[in-house]
Amino acid sequence: MDVRKTYKLFVNGEFVRSESGRAYRPDGGMVNVPRGSRKDLRDAVRAGRTALPGWAGRTAMNRGQILYRAAEMLDGRAAQFVELLGGGARSRRELDSAVETLIWYAGWTDKLSQVTGTVNPVAGPYFNFTIPEPMGIVGIIAPENAPLAGLVRRLAPALCGGNVVVALAAESHPLAALTLAEVLATSDVPAGVVNIISGQRKELLPWLASHMDVNAIDAAGCTGDEIKAIEESAAGNVKRVIKVADNEQSPYLIAAFMEMKTVWHPIGV
Amino acid sequence: MAITKKESQALAKQTFEYAPAPEAIDHVKIQPRYGLFIGGKFVTAHSKKRFPTINPATEQKLAEVVEADEVDVDRAVKAASKAFDSWARLSPSRRARYLFRISRLLQERSRELAVVETMDGGKPIKESRDVDIPLSAAHFFYYAGWADKLEWAFPNRKPRPLGVAGQVIPWNFPLLMLAWKIAPALAAGNTVVLKPAETTPLSAMVFAEICMQADLPPGVVNIVTGAGKTGSLVVTHPDVKKVAFTGSTEVGKLIQRAVAGTGKKLTLELGGKAANIVFEDAPLDQAVEGIVNGIYFNQGHVCCAGSRLLVQESIAEPLLEKLKRRLSTLRLGDPLDKNTDIGAINSRAQLEKIQELVESGIEEGAELYQPECVLPARGFWFPPSLFTNVAQSYRIAREEIFGPVLSVLTFRTPDEAVAKANNTPYGLSAGVWTDKGSRILWMAERMRAGVVWANTFNRFDPTSPFGGYKESGFGREGGVHGLLPYLELN
Amino acid sequence: MATALSLSHLGSLMRGVRSVDEVGADERAASLAKRSIKKSSKLWALDLAIRCMDLTTLEGQDTPGKIAAICAKAIRPKPGDASIPSVASVCVYPLRIADCVEHLRGSTVLTCSVATAFPSGQSFTSIKVAETEQAVHAGAQEIDMVIDRGAFLSGDYQRVYDEIVAVKEACGDAHLKVILETGELGTYDAVRRASILAMAAGADFIKTSTGKIQPAATLPVALVMMEAIRDFVRETGRPVGFKAAGGIRTAKQAISYLVTTYETLGADWMTPDRLRLGASTLLNDVLMQIDKERTGAYQSPDYFTVD
Repeated sequence: MDVRKTYKLFVNGEFVRSESGRAYRPDGGMVNVPRGSRKDLRDAVRAGRTALPGWAGRTAMNRGQILYRAAEMLDGRAAQFVELLGGGARSRRELDSAVETLIWYAGWTDKLSQVTGTVNPVAGPYFNFTIPEPMGIVGIIAPENAPLAGLVRRLAPALCGGNVVVALAAESHPLAALTLAEVLATSDVPAGVVNIISGQRKELLPWLASHMDVNAIDAAGCTGDEIKAIEESAAGNVKRVIKVADNEQSPYLIAAFMEMKTVWHPIGV
Repeated sequence: MAITKKESQALAKQTFEYAPAPEAIDHVKIQPRYGLFIGGKFVTAHSKKRFPTINPATEQKLAEVVEADEVDVDRAVKAASKAFDSWARLSPSRRARYLFRISRLLQERSRELAVVETMDGGKPIKESRDVDIPLSAAHFFYYAGWADKLEWAFPNRKPRPLGVAGQVIPWNFPLLMLAWKIAPALAAGNTVVLKPAETTPLSAMVFAEICMQADLPPGVVNIVTGAGKTGSLVVTHPDVKKVAFTGSTEVGKLIQRAVAGTGKKLTLELGGKAANIVFEDAPLDQAVEGIVNGIYFNQGHVCCAGSRLLVQESIAEPLLEKLKRRLSTLRLGDPLDKNTDIGAINSRAQLEKIQELVESGIEEGAELYQPECVLPARGFWFPPSLFTNVAQSYRIAREEIFGPVLSVLTFRTPDEAVAKANNTPYGLSAGVWTDKGSRILWMAERMRAGVVWANTFNRFDPTSPFGGYKESGFGREGGVHGLLPYLELN
Repeated sequence: MATALSLSHLGSLMRGVRSVDEVGADERAASLAKRSIKKSSKLWALDLAIRCMDLTTLEGQDTPGKIAAICAKAIRPKPGDASIPSVASVCVYPLRIADCVEHLRGSTVLTCSVATAFPSGQSFTSIKVAETEQAVHAGAQEIDMVIDRGAFLSGDYQRVYDEIVAVKEACGDAHLKVILETGELGTYDAVRRASILAMAAGADFIKTSTGKIQPAATLPVALVMMEAIRDFVRETGRPVGFKAAGGIRTAKQAISYLVTTYETLGADWMTPDRLRLGASTLLNDVLMQIDKERTGAYQSPDYFTVD
């Protein structure tokens, strides 16, 4: 007889119930999942803001090692996730793809600025360089299909660059996201760097999109209508809204969540 | 008074003795003899010649290794060639995973490797533990991440590996030099035959074990031990497409001649006589640390060592006073003691070279300063030393000593510093100490050296390209540029 | 004894003080912290740490009863173990000086008092001088003052200097430690500048912190201050002591301060006349480490008195 798990939100490095106490059963199934509220979202953003300086301030190699550790932990739970995703070859491929994505981005943390940063040959005795820096708090909406790999494809580039994340799990299949939280919790990811909230998209999305302390939204998992609404709300604090094809994988996707800072300094004796 | 004057004086007289703090070595097992690592396992060599490797701090024999002959080297290259076909065709992300595994294994066995490195080479345990081994693991981690991203490293190119790389490395940073060679070569899709230095083969032997633990496909990495002759066989083997050498300029030139006209790609990382330049506005105490680190780190067995101090005349006196005082706090002794700052000289041969050059300095008229130093009875030792009253023409100012010996010269203006610093056939590194940012950049622009350290020295990172100008060699190791020597860009 | 250098145009002199490279200082401190002090040298160091300790209680809730307890601990840190020395001093607020003097009578432990509107220093100079005079009158043998950080950070170095000179004069025979409150100064450059300023004004000791804010003492800050002391001694011939206070909780940390002092200032500073550690909970950790070295077993706090 199984000891059944209670699924919880992942906020500030802890597994918590929704402050609203509400739950829902995804897809009319038999498992209760927390129905996150705007206050849960608010708490997650606060946790992210507190965690940001530490995460952004780590060495690139350290962030890479942590992402690689997440791959180690995820791969170690392959059987669990394959079952969670429905079993079979397709689920196995999704799990493998998620592990692969984590490893791929783990290897970018210490190379990004070599590919997207520049030394600029200005006309004058000045040393001038451009380096990428994290934007800050990135709100992520997980795609409804590929509930594990789709979320990982969104998380990894944002984290790679030193951002912190508040993610909305796929509404119809949230269990993979909430279990992924367990993987992250055991991968030396500092508290608050990744926060995962399950719940109803229609309810939570407006709060995320209008939050004045969120710096960017990854809208790859959204419909056209949703994107329009997000972009309108985002104007409130000039949030960056990033729309990319779900399957794209490139350092420019990491750079999409980076600000570019240019510095000048005279060269003279 | 908290205590009587008499008590106070008595206390002050008791100098703070640091009791021996030996690193535990009981968890480390060095085999009495090693074979060659070819085709994924240790094999019996064709050559019957063996030679010992000793601990230069005690002169005790640690193990015996093979002096690989022509047949052995041929076997290794053939194994590498055979492995190349499948290694190059593996998916890049698969290659990446092997390299990530190696990186993690190096981290897992880090203390063991540090102890072996210190026993075999003589460097202080705190250096092998805190610098050599972590940087080696980091190097593999960095290049693992490039293996499946080569199309991003070189826009609009389709990079392809070269084939078998023949690599010969020196004794001053044995495992780190191995990492600098093997990691980018494998990430780029090549296979390798590597020859460690004859006085420091052991960490390479442990690395071979790590390759087996990582299930690395057989033949991707092959390690053949030996001395100059074996090295020569490796670099001249017709099936070796790429040669990478780190060592003396003298041998580098021999290799360059030996591979002339063969079409082999070549990179060389050779000697140096770096100038460490201190301006009058430099933060002095930190500059002293940088000078000390620059020449006494690893007993000065560093190609990029700051072996010439160029100090602006206006602060020469206070700087030298601080420097001499600082030398007296350096602890020389058992490399396995955690408090040791200066370990053993790597070999008798190297010790004799240092002694010869130091004598020449005295003869030519320079003034030698050495702090009081008790040298252990057995082993090879040289106290940290500095020469003042040095002219540009003295041998100690021109020739690479590769020991803990600093030559001090002065300058008056930045232009003079530039001229003196560049006045050498070498060009590996330079140090600049000043509080003024614009001057740092101005000096960096003018240094004819591949690495410029400003307000720091001897800083290495896998992301940061390292290599020389002029007779310090060509090619870069580290960073994106470190991939270039191992690829055909197409 | 005139110990203050008389200086005018202090501002431009202060602004010319050489800068400190932060990364270099941090690295040097980190490498000093890596020294492995074991066995006999560890016992020697721990013994010295106790002899150099200023056992401190600076709480609004300090009462005569609390002072009695801490003084007993200061004189005999481990009851029944005569090999454990007394600490250097007990450090208290001015109202508790009299209790201290009474309970420490006959021992080698000194009475040290804070003064000058500790910890903020945000009060009038006349009050600070008066407080110092009264503290000395009440029996304080050592005074720990705070510098006026408001004046320092706004560039009014003359004011900071003059105040130290005045307080030093009010001390009479009592020795003066000048607290820089390094956690508020922002950079190692400012720490060096403040160190030199305090020594020029006549400080017998310069001290890192009040212990009332974070960060308090850190090893790199201590290193920077000691390097300033070294340079000052070379220029003037007058030795100045160093005190680290606040945040030193473990014996291991205490030893790293001793090592840093030894390698920066030399053997002459390894005495309570020139080195102090201001702490409260540190003492028990040092006692536990001593017992661990002697018996070979890790210790429990239950066996050491909490006073």
